[in-house]
Amino acid sequence: MAKVNLEREPMPRQDPRSRGKNFAEVALGYRPEQAKAEASRCLQCPKRPCVGGCPVGIDIPDFIEALRNDDMPEALRILKNKNSLPGICGRVCPQETQCEAVCVLAKKEAPVAIGRLERYVADWERANQQSVDSSPAPSEPSGKRVAVVGSGPAGLAVAADLAKLGHGVTLFEALHVAGGVLMYGIPEFRLPKAIVQAEVNYVTSLGVELKLDSVIGKIDTVDELLNDGYDAVFLATGAGLPMFLNIPGENLNGIYSANEFLTRVNLMEAYRFPEYDTPVKVGKRVAVIGGGNVAMDSARCALRLGAEEVYIIYRRSEAEMPARREEVENAKEEGIQFRLLTNPKQFLGNEQDWVVGMECYQMELAEPDESGRRRPVIKPGSEFVIDVDVVIVALGTTPNPLIAATTEGLETTRQGTVVADEAAGKTVKPKVWAGGDIVTGAATVISAMGAGKRAAASIDAYLKELA
Amino acid sequence: MYKILLRQDLVPNVRLFKIAAPDVAKKAQAGQFVIIRLDEKGERIPLTIADWDAKEGSVTIVFMEVGTTTHRLARLKSGDSIANFVGPLGLPTHIEKFGTVVCVAGGFAVATIMPIARAMRDKGNKVIAIMGARNKNLIFWEDELRRVSDQLIVTTDDGSYARKGLVTEPLRELLEGHERIDRVIAIGPSIMMKFSAKTTQPFGVKTIVSLNPIMVDGTGMCGCCRVSVGGVTRFACMDGPDFDGHQVDWDLLFARQRTYLDEEKRSLEQCQSQHVVSSQIKVRG
Repeated sequence: MAKVNLEREPMPRQDPRSRGKNFAEVALGYRPEQAKAEASRCLQCPKRPCVGGCPVGIDIPDFIEALRNDDMPEALRILKNKNSLPGICGRVCPQETQCEAVCVLAKKEAPVAIGRLERYVADWERANQQSVDSSPAPSEPSGKRVAVVGSGPAGLAVAADLAKLGHGVTLFEALHVAGGVLMYGIPEFRLPKAIVQAEVNYVTSLGVELKLDSVIGKIDTVDELLNDGYDAVFLATGAGLPMFLNIPGENLNGIYSANEFLTRVNLMEAYRFPEYDTPVKVGKRVAVIGGGNVAMDSARCALRLGAEEVYIIYRRSEAEMPARREEVENAKEEGIQFRLLTNPKQFLGNEQDWVVGMECYQMELAEPDESGRRRPVIKPGSEFVIDVDVVIVALGTTPNPLIAATTEGLETTRQGTVVADEAAGKTVKPKVWAGGDIVTGAATVISAMGAGKRAAASIDAYLKELA
Repeated sequence: MYKILLRQDLVPNVRLFKIAAPDVAKKAQAGQFVIIRLDEKGERIPLTIADWDAKEGSVTIVFMEVGTTTHRLARLKSGDSIANFVGPLGLPTHIEKFGTVVCVAGGFAVATIMPIARAMRDKGNKVIAIMGARNKNLIFWEDELRRVSDQLIVTTDDGSYARKGLVTEPLRELLEGHERIDRVIAIGPSIMMKFSAKTTQPFGVKTIVSLNPIMVDGTGMCGCCRVSVGGVTRFACMDGPDFDGHQVDWDLLFARQRTYLDEEKRSLEQCQSQHVVSSQIKVRG
């Protein structure tokens, strides 16, 4: 047996000093020799734990083997067999807690860089679009129609799978472009919009009909879709409703939800104002409240817009931060300042009702709470003020209530999520499935895609019974 | 793309566009709005629905040229198209038989109040309409509004037409008169809605206003349009745009509407200078 190589190929990245001033992608992708070297580290072990670690069950060792053998079309075919959006997943999946976490080499702290290889294969396809046809042979049309509500990761995954199985799929999107959080939420420098659109185009190339500007619940309701000839409906409207702190001063000018800030910057391209019409306030001193990936994205966007100081304000310590390790490191490298164990008490405004400061408490950690993380408690008398002129509240999101409010017979939780079974995404309402953040609350792109895939299988089985 | 079926210039700076949008037309109700976006570089702005025709598949919007988007929109003609037209958004105006309803419209909001006045009358209400404008040249749809109301009072700020003064004056007189007023709907510039609500408050007559904060998506996703009503933060796009005018925190609304004054000025200057340049190029051939 060849000697095990424990040197992970590093990802080439833009220099931290220059990248803080542009919106171009930070991670540049492997060069061919790097991809091959990394692929050669895979042991091709018989147990293939990585496949089980992947929420969509990609045959990971097989695509890596094809890559290693320079058979890129085959590598692509294997990837796309299970995952219609590899360019996206290769960039934004938390591989370190999924496929790579269970890689045999993870025990030696050097798991195969599966995500980077996935991205490499997807990018190869984009660069060689003319020469390869990775689309599967179209199935016989089933004559059945499915309405998919929401074109984020769950919606795209379910639409692609159902179309491949021969069903007629209409994908309804409320915004003016497809992609959901992939377009409005995740910034260009982490997930270029051209990649998202290329993968959306792949989904429509499978025959999926995309209807933009269509707010289900405002135009047709779910029940009307079912009455109008759709045999099934899949709800994938995500978790789009921003949470606020509900503390004094939160409606002052200059205080954004992360959703608004990121939508202005990413979807509306406010960083190109006034060439693009949508403005965004460029702060000098920006505070981002929260410790998740969305907080990191917001902070790094604010920096790129030209902020002089950007703070992450988080009430626990770094160990409890829900953001990916890699994103925290990226943010630190770029000069984002972390104010940990800090929690806002109120916002302070000037006479023009603009935010000028934030009064905060120092926190300390007590015993673990129900999430298993140590509970932050206020240090009495610890109040202090941070001067800020823009604040971004990145506390998380809950599902938009529109669908639940306009659909008869759906079961929802107190958090506003729709109840659906984990295995198949079936709701209690006949002919209606749901998956992604609308069911789980805000989670990851790949878990939403996994839910989409499982629901597609269940919907397909149901439609076959109908026939 | 959404085609402009008809363009009409109502008065200087106020335009009517009839847009082909069958899905919106099918479901539109009085008081709802649409979000439009002109092209790839455009912003998303809300505009209230003035009329709709489900059979024709058309929705009518009336707007005043104030910022970049409305100026750019006003350059389009019948037959042109806009990139996005989303709706019907927001909750419809609550329509029921109240008795006597006063519909107050300030400026070009006469277009917005029209479907509400019509729906109120169709429900069996007596509708008294008040419409006010700065001067005679800005008056439009007087006959149309008269047709859907039992009584119409017109005011101009400068007295160049009909009664001189603000809409709040005849509103107060009505409330002081012997006739019982069951509900007031006031739509127009925020300051006019604020003072209409202030006028009715001592009389305890419920007064509905249609708030117009800045919006982005218009579907509850961003929270840009948050307003405070009765001390509670609400999203105007989802929970509104209609709210109880006596409960609205007007100062907050005014402040938030000023968020982008500098940027709006900069954007408009650029938009107008580019337009001048491009028309000069056209003239020179």
